[in-house]
Amino acid sequence: MDNLARKNSDGKETLLFDLSQTTVRDMNQFLHHNLDKSNVSNIRIIHPDGAHSIAVGLEVPVNIEIEGHAGYFCAGMNKQANVTIKGNVGWSVAENIMSGMVRVKGYASECAGASGHGGTLIIERDASLRCGISMKGVDIIVGGSVGNFSAFMAQAGHLVVCGDAGDGLGDSIYEAIIYVRGKIKSLGADARIEPLTDEDHKVLAKLLALAGFKHDTKEFKRVASARQLYHWNADANQEY
Amino acid sequence: MSNLSKEPSFLFGEDTIQYIQHAAATGLYDIRGLGAKRYLPSFDDLLFLAGSASRYPLEGYREKCTTTTVLGTRFAKKPIELKIPITIAGMSFGSLSANVKEALGLAATELGTSTTTGDGGMTSEERLSSKTLVYQCLPSRYGFNPDDVRRADAIELVIGQGAKPGGGGMLLGQKITARVAQMRTLPAGIDQRSACRHPDWTGPDDLTIKIQELREITDWQVPIYIKIGATRVFNDVKLAVHAGADVVVVDGMQGGTAATQKVFIEHVGVPTLVAVQQAVSALEEMNMKDKVQLIVSGGIRSGADVAKALAMGADAVSIGQGVLFALGCNSPTWIDHDGQHIDATEDYTKLETMPGFCHHCHTGKCPVGVTTQDEILEKRLIPEVGARRVKNYFKTLNMELTTIARACGKSNVHHLEREDLVALTVESAAMAHVPLAGTNWIPGLKEI
Repeated sequence: MDNLARKNSDGKETLLFDLSQTTVRDMNQFLHHNLDKSNVSNIRIIHPDGAHSIAVGLEVPVNIEIEGHAGYFCAGMNKQANVTIKGNVGWSVAENIMSGMVRVKGYASECAGASGHGGTLIIERDASLRCGISMKGVDIIVGGSVGNFSAFMAQAGHLVVCGDAGDGLGDSIYEAIIYVRGKIKSLGADARIEPLTDEDHKVLAKLLALAGFKHDTKEFKRVASARQLYHWNADANQEY
Repeated sequence: MSNLSKEPSFLFGEDTIQYIQHAAATGLYDIRGLGAKRYLPSFDDLLFLAGSASRYPLEGYREKCTTTTVLGTRFAKKPIELKIPITIAGMSFGSLSANVKEALGLAATELGTSTTTGDGGMTSEERLSSKTLVYQCLPSRYGFNPDDVRRADAIELVIGQGAKPGGGGMLLGQKITARVAQMRTLPAGIDQRSACRHPDWTGPDDLTIKIQELREITDWQVPIYIKIGATRVFNDVKLAVHAGADVVVVDGMQGGTAATQKVFIEHVGVPTLVAVQQAVSALEEMNMKDKVQLIVSGGIRSGADVAKALAMGADAVSIGQGVLFALGCNSPTWIDHDGQHIDATEDYTKLETMPGFCHHCHTGKCPVGVTTQDEILEKRLIPEVGARRVKNYFKTLNMELTTIARACGKSNVHHLEREDLVALTVESAAMAHVPLAGTNWIPGLKEI
């Protein structure tokens, strides 16, 4: 494989993958099977050019920087790795993330952090539709706005939106908590705005600090489940 | 002679009047488990033309008839090789107890076949007991995680289920114990809705990329199945193949469920008989027959059903409800550690039903301990006992299958072909694309 190694000051190595020269498949297989036996602590990926499935299924504590735009499912099912995308990402970045951190310096397309179980996803600009759909414990912090139906059926974790939220925010939400700084176009079924508790302020401040976003937690609204859909209700006439 | 008038109405029969009056009294629709109970065209409407003077049969008790089945030969580095073409369908931990999942794993391993997880994730019991385990990736993603992806022998992306295509699912709160809730990351005791669409992709082009992601995570080692509920089967199979599936699973409307609306079970989808024919036609038109394998499910009961599915072009079948019945579902008794049959009819009565008619899987109060999470009831199914019964059932099916195959002159069950079949009715001839018995007429097709 045509990847270049460079020694860091800490004695560890940085490895370079040029996706104009190496296939995503070869690179992913290297990341799956060779990292834990190596002295590599940092990976740079250049010329991603919107390729799909970059750095998926990782399970080692390595730092990865992607220099450019990535396609669908970037850093999908991540465990432990710290992945930074210096560009925009396609659909479903960090889907089903279990742990570790994924940071998108640009914009994220649909379904960012879908079904994530743990770890942190930071999107510095906007995220499109269904951000945090079906999330199960991941913390998602968005520097800009999120599109319609974000946090749909969100089960656990936190979605922080520093900009505005689109229609149907938190539709059919379970135990996840949403914090929104800007406007909410509309709430989805069973989602309601609640006052922030002291604990909310602490959690939110920690998440904002983690992302490097400087906002006052008092500027945020809390959205959570009214828990009226936890048991099927025939008398609601399906008008939720 | 009484003058009492008893002229029944066909349109508004006793059952229909009862349905309307129940709806009027409660404002509720029925939710139940298992599959369609109405009459539907099925494999019963087909018959085999065994060997005679024009075809040469094999000796039933002497000559070998191979049942080895290989699935996932298109892209996977490690296709699945099974000893028999009969697999266990995906059923969730949550709808079934951990004991049942363990029993299914033990049975499948002894038989040399595969079993499948379900909504709610993979239990340690089923992974440990199953040599070959297919891991379902469902819209809810309950319990779905990369460790189990890597521990799986195949991944099955579930788009739909025959009993409720397009319908998602609902596991009612009474079955949500602490363990089930923990696996699904939701509070115990609440109704748990399973979404009808995947969270991270929508159309077939996205599905292609989703499959690519799963292949990347598994290093292209294991087969990727796509399961569809039978509706527009011809087009759906073509899209699944186009998306890159190694194996397509088509689940006909006679397939079962743990719980859904009765109106869904009885009125949505197409019969398995139609589904097989359309799936095979799609594969043939794409020149992908034998390159992409086809598994058929939805009301498969007997070795004859298996043989007919294979003759129509399936590579394997998958069985859910038949397995539950083998475990003791709808039996008047359950079997204790000493092999004694313990009467359970009182528990059926409490559910306002009786053995042979129960479809109360959704209540979690299964009298024989199969579809329950109740810690007392689930003990009624002992894994080793359940495994033995499923093994016996599948062994019987396999013997029936090879009996028919030999009679048709086949030394390999996969050599059964549509030419071996005739249809009993005009409808089944049209649906299955086999000639009406005694004719060379296939309605809808030109004469052969």
